[in-house]
Amino acid sequence: MALIEIRDLKKIYQMGAEEVRALDGVDLDVEAGEYLAIMGASGSGKSTLMNLLGCLDTPTEGHYRLNGTPVETLDDEALAAIRNREIGFVFQTFNLLPRTTAMENVELPLVYAGQPRRERREQAKRALTRVGLGDRMDHRPNELSGGQRQRVAVARALVNEPSILLADEPTGNLDSATSGEIMDLFDELSAAGNTILLVTHEPDIAERCRRQVVMRDGKILSDTATGSESDTASDNNSAPVPAGAV
Amino acid sequence: MALLENLRIALGALRANPMRATLTTLGIIIAVAAVIAVVSVIQGLQHMIVGQFEDLGSNFIQVAPQFQQQGVQSARQVRLTWEDGQALEAELPGIQYITPVVVGQVEMKYRDRRHRPDYVFGVNGDFPETNKFFVEEGRFFTELDLRMRRKVVVVGQDVVEELRLGNDPIGKEVYVGDLPATVIGVMEDKGRMLGSNYDDMAYIPFDTSLSVFGRRAGEQIQLNILTEPGETDRVVDGVERVLRRRHKIPEDERDDFQVWRQDDLLDTIGTVLGGVTAVIGGVVGIALVVGGIGIMNIMLVSVTERTKEIGIRKAVGARKRDILLQFLIEAVVLAVFGGLLGIVLGYGVGAGIVAILPVDLPPVYVPVWAIALAFGFSAAVGIFFGIYPAGKAARLDPIEALRYE
Repeated sequence: MALIEIRDLKKIYQMGAEEVRALDGVDLDVEAGEYLAIMGASGSGKSTLMNLLGCLDTPTEGHYRLNGTPVETLDDEALAAIRNREIGFVFQTFNLLPRTTAMENVELPLVYAGQPRRERREQAKRALTRVGLGDRMDHRPNELSGGQRQRVAVARALVNEPSILLADEPTGNLDSATSGEIMDLFDELSAAGNTILLVTHEPDIAERCRRQVVMRDGKILSDTATGSESDTASDNNSAPVPAGAV
Repeated sequence: MALLENLRIALGALRANPMRATLTTLGIIIAVAAVIAVVSVIQGLQHMIVGQFEDLGSNFIQVAPQFQQQGVQSARQVRLTWEDGQALEAELPGIQYITPVVVGQVEMKYRDRRHRPDYVFGVNGDFPETNKFFVEEGRFFTELDLRMRRKVVVVGQDVVEELRLGNDPIGKEVYVGDLPATVIGVMEDKGRMLGSNYDDMAYIPFDTSLSVFGRRAGEQIQLNILTEPGETDRVVDGVERVLRRRHKIPEDERDDFQVWRQDDLLDTIGTVLGGVTAVIGGVVGIALVVGGIGIMNIMLVSVTERTKEIGIRKAVGARKRDILLQFLIEAVVLAVFGGLLGIVLGYGVGAGIVAILPVDLPPVYVPVWAIALAFGFSAAVGIFFGIYPAGKAARLDPIEALRYE
């Protein structure tokens, strides 16, 4: 059984008299450990798919099984629990809480998971060290560079050891050098066994992934695997990844 | 999510913007300060009055003429005389001490010093026992003084000072009005109560006082009685029975006198002060509601401002009730913060009023119930006016909240 099973998924918005089919019958299976890029022009439905995958939204029609759970039947509270335990989000605009330190931002999912304070600290510290910010834990977002902020966001997404890591244009607000660093981090995480779904419209970013899904008009246009190339990409990593560090 | 966690978040939000927090809760601060200031002054007053009346003891009874109330016309002159008092003493064995009391205001004179005491009383030798107010130096009147119609006077400590009677006032010849009298005693220090200065009073024998105040003064006197222990109820009944008979009051007419017990006096004072407190409480209640609306207003602004934060929290797994609780607790923390400031401010204002007013007020006294009430009301206002903004925050759609800039 695949980690993600999507069958004929539809999301239809009613805009006055007009019907907008943001997703129009999508089928997709994702296995644990895959490194997948979702591409497409704006309006192609990739963000809608991302929101549905992340359980931030519910489909109008169709089925979505995550780890065997039929997500479309869940209520608000159960969805919150899935977002909390199964999914780690990385956003284009980082979306960190401004007044709180890196440490507190990373702790946030654990707070809602009801973890005791001391364990929370330990786990957040590990996640921050994992993304190379062990020495910046008490800095607030406005004291960090863009790349560092995105690393905090990645640490926050990882801290609960989720089943999938969802990244929505994670390098969209970064310069090319910093983008490279963040992508190297994703490559490392993939090599360490994490399942990563990444939305992007930059081909060179998508090329790092082992599989590319291209969307257009709410449908999947192509779905290609480029396994060997991505293996090369992860082999190129200079920093060795301690297995099971995350 | 733990309550403690929410409390920390709320305090963080408060710390981030202390000026706004203070301004937001100004309504509550003022309302609570007002109630604490008023209650502290009134309670101080009540504390003192009750304390002084309790000196009198529960065996104390006061009988006074009851002037006809509105609508009840009576041709009969209302009278209460010392003959009534003597009849009570003869018929009611439960009476331990009884004294007539007449009050007047006349000038006293010693050599070239003139002074008008707050009051000059005409009483008999039982007065110190009935009123639990004794001489400190010299002596009070005796039966002999009264029977011999001696021209003697007992004065309070302020009178000694005002007339410059010196260190040895006993035996000095003074004038009470036109009456030449010898000072035979000085009363103990008692201070002020209900706006009267008990140290600025003088006491002359009852019979003598009638020649100072005029014969008519003897027709409407007051009787102070101290009963034997446990006899108070029976004496009160007896007083009513004897006086109704002596005054020839028909069955269907009301008493032309009133009997006060120490408990009644305390009750009356409690009722008056309680009424004042209640009225002010009502006004303060309105002020609290206004303050609560201020909190609701700023919480709505806060929810809008922090839409993105709510989206982030929801994305990482916050449930509706987590968000609801977070904003509700923030509203309560705001309100209670205002309440606390109000309590401190109110105490300060109360103490300030006591210090500034020229009349002699007792020190402020804030009872625990007032603090608990102010605290509880603030928290209730926070919950009541926080629930709507918090609910609004909890219902936000996570996608739209995340997209909000």
